[in-house]
Amino acid sequence: MVLVKSLEQLGKYTLFLCKTFSIPDKWRTFFKRTVQEIIKLGVDSIPLVIVISLFIGAVITIQMQLNVTSPIIPAYSVGLATRDIVLLEFSNSILCLILAGKVGSNIASEIGTMRVTEQIDALDIMGVNSANFLVLPKIVAFVIFMPVLVVFCIGTSFVGGWGVAAFTDLISVSRYVYGMQAFFQEWYVWYGLIKSLFFAFIISSVASFFGYYVKGGALEVGKASTNAVVSSSILILLFDVVLTKLLLQ
Amino acid sequence: MIEVKNITKSFDGKTILHDVSARFFSGKTNLIIGQSGSGKTVLMKSIVGLVRPEKGEILYDGRDFLKMSDSQIKSLRQEIGMLFQGSALFDSETVLGNVMFPLRMFSKMTRGEMTDRARFCLERVNLAGAESKFPSEISGGMQKRVAIARAIALNPKYLFCDEPNSGLDPKTSILIDELLHDITHEYNITTIINTHDMNSVLGIGENIVFINKGHREWVGDRERIFTSSNEALNEFVFATRLFQEVKDYIISTGHARQRSTSAES
Repeated sequence: MVLVKSLEQLGKYTLFLCKTFSIPDKWRTFFKRTVQEIIKLGVDSIPLVIVISLFIGAVITIQMQLNVTSPIIPAYSVGLATRDIVLLEFSNSILCLILAGKVGSNIASEIGTMRVTEQIDALDIMGVNSANFLVLPKIVAFVIFMPVLVVFCIGTSFVGGWGVAAFTDLISVSRYVYGMQAFFQEWYVWYGLIKSLFFAFIISSVASFFGYYVKGGALEVGKASTNAVVSSSILILLFDVVLTKLLLQ
Repeated sequence: MIEVKNITKSFDGKTILHDVSARFFSGKTNLIIGQSGSGKTVLMKSIVGLVRPEKGEILYDGRDFLKMSDSQIKSLRQEIGMLFQGSALFDSETVLGNVMFPLRMFSKMTRGEMTDRARFCLERVNLAGAESKFPSEISGGMQKRVAIARAIALNPKYLFCDEPNSGLDPKTSILIDELLHDITHEYNITTIINTHDMNSVLGIGENIVFINKGHREWVGDRERIFTSSNEALNEFVFATRLFQEVKDYIISTGHARQRSTSAES
């Protein structure tokens, strides 16, 4: 029964994406809406990304220093491990799990409210492809802006770690910076960016899907918002495994 | 003219509309009336294409809506205006932005022409001066009028109104009714109004279709509604004490007139 329901949902989601990915009625309106969404979903998320990254970068550095202290492990390993954790997992997977909460619930509740207040019906009656008009700019905007957020996250996390080195006695700044630069693999940056594009698509499309098919009232909009966050989080973790296997092996 | 023939629609195995047929005339305010849950909203949603019936025909001036291609439906939609129960104005747009929306999407007008047209529509619904306000800043009655202005922006041939008076005070309700009636006659629109407001029925009911338990029970106009012998219609119309008294009055004056006529003869 669960399997049948899941397959039904998958089919519905696929049809929804087909409806969404069609040529916009007015390109000018599409570009205008995409810019608005970039500001709303992307630029407005920067403060959250900075705050979280700063603290998590600092925490990773402290944890590394406290747990990896050993005579046989070089001191610069703290910087190296912090860098690789941030590049490989935190700046993409964990960041996207956090953004699934912020951006995903925002999208699902906005579109869900439009559905229950008949605004989507009004678009359909006018002959506007409502899925294309409302959802495509969100997906495009978030996918475009996600790499920027990832870069912000990486930079701020490193600053957080540097702050620990600079303002505490745990590790010297020179060793931290040396570790940051040691054995650097450029591919890790690309790996993180590629993963983040997939996750951005999952967050925006899944949240839009749950919002678009809301039936009922305010209570159902809340439920849809929660379901959107839960589903996109699970999908992010699932795709994290698949993409890691594909991109790092 | 819009004609529906033998429309049948079910949800989860439960039939909501049973072989409903009706005609809605251009230049007239056509009312679909019935109790809550009678199927009138489903009928209207079927006509505008938000719900697809299992059986039947929906003819827009002879063109079968259910047999149209996507592009034909898209062009037909530009001839349709709709006023929703909750107004369905776009929260992120101003009043002017809402009225300009269909023009932006479907007309080839310049920005100045669009603004002029939107201002004209707002003036037509007596809302000049509210252009820069957002929907959340205006009253329910004003929202309804903005929705009417948006619905007529593209000069529609067909206008659909779902419960236009719900949540409004009697005075504003009359204002909205009069506005819909005037616009219908002014632009020769086929207007279909879904309502259970008896004041609207008496005020603007030029062609009335009564739906009861998914069946088309009665068709007529506001003059004939009080004298109908249809039991279900009488139950609906005379549900309130006021209208029961109106009926008694009509019957008594009718009898009085009959008596005076026979006395004269």
